[in-house]
Amino acid sequence: MNRGRAGAAVVGVVMAVAALASSAWGTIPLRTRTITLTIHHSRFSISHLDVQRGERIRFVVRNDDPIDHELIVGDVVVQARHETGREAHHGARDGEVSVPLFETASTAYTFDEPGELWFACHLPGHWRYGMQGTIAVRS
Amino acid sequence: MRKMLCTAVVAFGLVAVPAMPALACGGLIGPNGAVNLTRTTTLAAHYKGIEHYVTAFTYAGGGGEFGSIVPLPGMPSKVERGGDWTLQRLQQETAPPQTAGVALAARAESDSSAEEVYKTKIDALDITVLKGGGKSVGIWASEHGFRLPPDTPEVLDFYAKRSPYFMAAVFDSAEAEERGQQIGDGTPIHVTIPLRSPWVPLRILALGKQAGERVEADVYLLTERIPNLLPSGALAGYRVERQVPASRQLLEDLRSDKGMGWLPASGMVLTHLEVGAAAPEMRYDLAINTNGGTPSRSRAGLPPLPTPPPPPPTVRPTVEPTPEPTAAATLGPQALPIEPAEPASVRWPIVATAALIPLAGIVTALWLKRRAA
Repeated sequence: MNRGRAGAAVVGVVMAVAALASSAWGTIPLRTRTITLTIHHSRFSISHLDVQRGERIRFVVRNDDPIDHELIVGDVVVQARHETGREAHHGARDGEVSVPLFETASTAYTFDEPGELWFACHLPGHWRYGMQGTIAVRS
Repeated sequence: MRKMLCTAVVAFGLVAVPAMPALACGGLIGPNGAVNLTRTTTLAAHYKGIEHYVTAFTYAGGGGEFGSIVPLPGMPSKVERGGDWTLQRLQQETAPPQTAGVALAARAESDSSAEEVYKTKIDALDITVLKGGGKSVGIWASEHGFRLPPDTPEVLDFYAKRSPYFMAAVFDSAEAEERGQQIGDGTPIHVTIPLRSPWVPLRILALGKQAGERVEADVYLLTERIPNLLPSGALAGYRVERQVPASRQLLEDLRSDKGMGWLPASGMVLTHLEVGAAAPEMRYDLAINTNGGTPSRSRAGLPPLPTPPPPPPTVRPTVEPTPEPTAAATLGPQALPIEPAEPASVRWPIVATAALIPLAGIVTALWLKRRAA
């Protein structure tokens, strides 16, 4: 077998493996990055985020208040569900985390589709008080 | 499991109940010893350097427990059950139309819970006086099952800058049921605080309220002299309904109530304030000065007035000298170059020379004449 054919074969194998991996694990994130949100006097330190479609963001939430807070990332439907829900503690799903007073917690979220999302705290009265922000997902 | 407490009533008894008829004081007391008020009512009296703070915590009933956290202007020397009719008697004094005439830390923050400096039980109320900054009081509240509204961190910090003392009051629901307390029944509390300059927490009344809600309350002041108040004016969020000498009858009625014997029989001024403001506007407290001076802005939680800029330094006007014409022609062939300004410094040698020449001639002539003689 000559060199050219051997090289092409190697490339083909590599591409096949990559295709299999991506199909098994879903979309490979364009990139990953960490964003730190600080909560002080029941206000997030950031009110708006711009992210790229396919990005996976790790949210690190630092609570500087003497009361509990949480971070819920999602569309309007997700936010409405949490505003009326009774789930006391979050952390099992991507983009949802409870942050006790004076603690730091993190959660990650992959932005698959372009559009407008929200991040907020839905403990009683917190959303109406102003604990909310927007996320623009750009393609 | 941690008990969940809701701060349903944060500062004072604020429950709408039917107005009671204007009966004798005894008729206004419930059979279980509870008081019923038409709306939030507080007495802040200041006499001989002591602030007496009388308010009522309202039982909200239900299966849960309800608590309140109240900021205190100073460390109390005593917390006891308030008189049975003091607050209603004051309401009666100012209720229209039968009114008789005329009528209260920034500290180093730690990561630990607030210090419990005083504990007592009054009827079904567990009272704890806390000392600490906003952070540590918040930790204590969390450890004791309080679910605090979102504006709590900012409000706690607002108060902790001026006083590290807070009072937590929690109804023991089992005890309340044993005592036959009904929903809406209030338990009056009398807090005695040695304090030179009194102030009354008002911003706390807005805690937990939504943007469209209002703060409505009655605040009664009893002071030895007419008090100056800050803030004041149309935008202060309250109206001075009356400010009159307290009648002897009023003082006699109040003195006869439990714990109120410290009141003198005469010589007090009654001020009735009707508090009414949108919750977001209630961002200050009431500072009081009874010595004829201006109340402290810091005690009212108001920012200091901006410092006026210093006046510009005084500058003496200067007279610009006009340029001199050249003097070279008067001095002969060796003319000096033309120089502007400072004519005096150039002029005097010329004048002196011009004066000396004839003088020398006169002296020479006299000498020759003498010699000839």
